[in-house]
Amino acid sequence: MAVLLLAEVNDGALSVDSTAKAVSAVKDLGEVHVLCCGASCRTAADTAATITGVAKVRCAEADLYGHRLAEPVAALVVSIAGDYDHIAAPATTDAKNILPRVAALLDVMILTDVSGIVDADTFERPVYAGNAVQTVKSKDAKKVLSIRTANFDAAGQDGSAEVETLSPAEDPGLSEWVEDKLAESDRPELTSAGIVVSGGRGIGSEENFELIEKLADKLGAAVGASRAAVDSGYAPNDWQVGQTGKVVAPDLYIAVGISGAIQHLAGMKDSKIIVAINKDEEAPIFQVADYGLVGDLFTVVPELTEKL
Amino acid sequence: MKILVPVKRVIDYNVKVRVKADGSGVDLANVKMSMNPFDEIAMEEAIRLKEKGAADEVVAVSIGVKQSQETLRTALAMGADRAILITAADDVHQDIEPLAVAKLLKAVIDDEQPGLVLCGKQAIDNDMNATGQMLSALLGWSQAMYANKIDIEGDHAVVSREVDGGLQTIKVKMPAIVSADLRLNEPRYASLPNIMKAKKKPLDEKTPADYGVDVAPRLDIVKTTEPPERAAGEMVGSVDELVSKLKEKGVV
Ligand SMILES: Cc1cc2nc3c(=O)[nH]c(=O)nc-3n(C[C@H](O)[C@H](O)[C@H](O)COP(=O)(O)OP(=O)(O)OC[C@H]3O[C@@H](n4cnc5c(N)ncnc54)[C@H](O)[C@@H]3O)c2cc1C
Ligand SMILES: Nc1ncnc2c1ncn2[C@@H]1O[C@H](COP(=O)(O)O)[C@@H](O)[C@H]1O
Repeated sequence: MAVLLLAEVNDGALSVDSTAKAVSAVKDLGEVHVLCCGASCRTAADTAATITGVAKVRCAEADLYGHRLAEPVAALVVSIAGDYDHIAAPATTDAKNILPRVAALLDVMILTDVSGIVDADTFERPVYAGNAVQTVKSKDAKKVLSIRTANFDAAGQDGSAEVETLSPAEDPGLSEWVEDKLAESDRPELTSAGIVVSGGRGIGSEENFELIEKLADKLGAAVGASRAAVDSGYAPNDWQVGQTGKVVAPDLYIAVGISGAIQHLAGMKDSKIIVAINKDEEAPIFQVADYGLVGDLFTVVPELTEKL
Repeated sequence: MKILVPVKRVIDYNVKVRVKADGSGVDLANVKMSMNPFDEIAMEEAIRLKEKGAADEVVAVSIGVKQSQETLRTALAMGADRAILITAADDVHQDIEPLAVAKLLKAVIDDEQPGLVLCGKQAIDNDMNATGQMLSALLGWSQAMYANKIDIEGDHAVVSREVDGGLQTIKVKMPAIVSADLRLNEPRYASLPNIMKAKKKPLDEKTPADYGVDVAPRLDIVKTTEPPERAAGEMVGSVDELVSKLKEKGVV
């Protein structure tokens, strides 16, 4: 049977990178149908139709879906769940909010943050902040899974799937959207960037974080942060990398003034090359770094920015 | 209003996890266990709501081995009024899945009729991030996950949520399930007198059979392995050396 993939659509635009990576993760499980929903999502659906390996796009447009509230989106997914053995989505905060609700409505367990698919019933997922990997076999009739996209390559974009209009499901009427406070940025998105420069508590202040931003801009990189940097108000919450923040796996990750707590490593240790800059040679971050430089970030980072 | 707070006993977040060599799981014998950090935050929020007069009773619930009693005593020492322990496993290595936990919590809620459930965003052992969402589905209640601010306004709650792009505020109908993110508050430490007092607070003991819930797992754990090791790196002596290494690798 086919696989239903819930796409990430924000303000009518498809998150192409996460959707394309999720498509390549699930394509061996069956024919892939992508579900797009939103207040308007025609453009997103048309984009999804170009992703290689997508057989069909189902597009549900209604104001109800404008802000990806969990209750109405879960009801929509459940309304068409009968057609599918697998229901999947990239593991964004939206999908993590919605999919367990879908699973419970279907009386099945949820498989969250799947990092590897062994066969139709068997999946790998990290546990204990990535310190262990579990292989689990589901006994449920339907599998509902969120996919850790950093572990998969994006599918191409030379497809031309049909786009079908789907009628909205019932509105459970439980919650309303009030407002979004989303960071505007010209930088690449953290979870899909090729290079990430992250700062930690060592940066010392919000103003000093500019050092990190300058280095990132020089490299065309996204900016990340440790929880300590976010908690101290040096960086916004959506920059947090780690067990409970974002998971990234760029070609190059530069950690500046970050000690390397397991909760931080959980979000970045699959990066291809890791550079650590820290004044403490004992900092655990050096144990995962390909290149470590012991030094004061306030001299090292400006010099690095200039020399790159 | 009554607030229910589910708290899970997990490996302490400072403990380095060791995967057993035979692939059968993670070694949990004789390691330090604590209340899941997110649940401390949820508990703190519940107590603050009570202190503000928005709630009149806080009930902590834990599901797992009988030692989860200690976690509940911590919750009582923080300020919960009473606790319910559902003993659903006799081996610490046996984790009760979110779907089963949600079914048990639903049964407790059917009895207790709370106006709000405040749970943690994620248990740091299984890293599921699922129980609250599943519970709200089973109850047909609204959900507001990953909260960093909660305002109760009559029969609604206005919740600011941490999402990928920043923050989203939603307004949910009560009763609701809200999950706590890291920045909701900073949990208090229990004072010694409160720890003593907690010993006398009521703690009810139940089993899944009392609620007629089947906790058999839906997922078989085939094996548990170490994540792939990273190859040893090298220390560089200067910025120039770093730059030339990165250029050699072709990443800058
Ligand atoms: C439930 C839970 C979930 C968590 N989730 C996350 C998560 O998702 N992500 C996350 O990052 N953390 C998370 N944490 C927090 C984590 O445990 C650490 O506290 C945090 O990662 C530490 O951040 P840090 O490395 O910036 O700060 P610190 O550990 O304080 O390290 C600062 C580093 O900066 C260095 N430094 C200071 N000054 C300079 C200088 N001038 N030049 C060079 N180096 C300097 C110091 O040597 C030190 O190594 C979580 C914790 C819990 C309990
Ligand atoms: N066994 C349990 N006992 C009590 N609460 C639990 C249990 N499992 C999960 N929870 C609650 O659900 C939240 C999310 O857990 P999880 O879905 O397992 O990541 C936790 O932070 C707890 O508040």
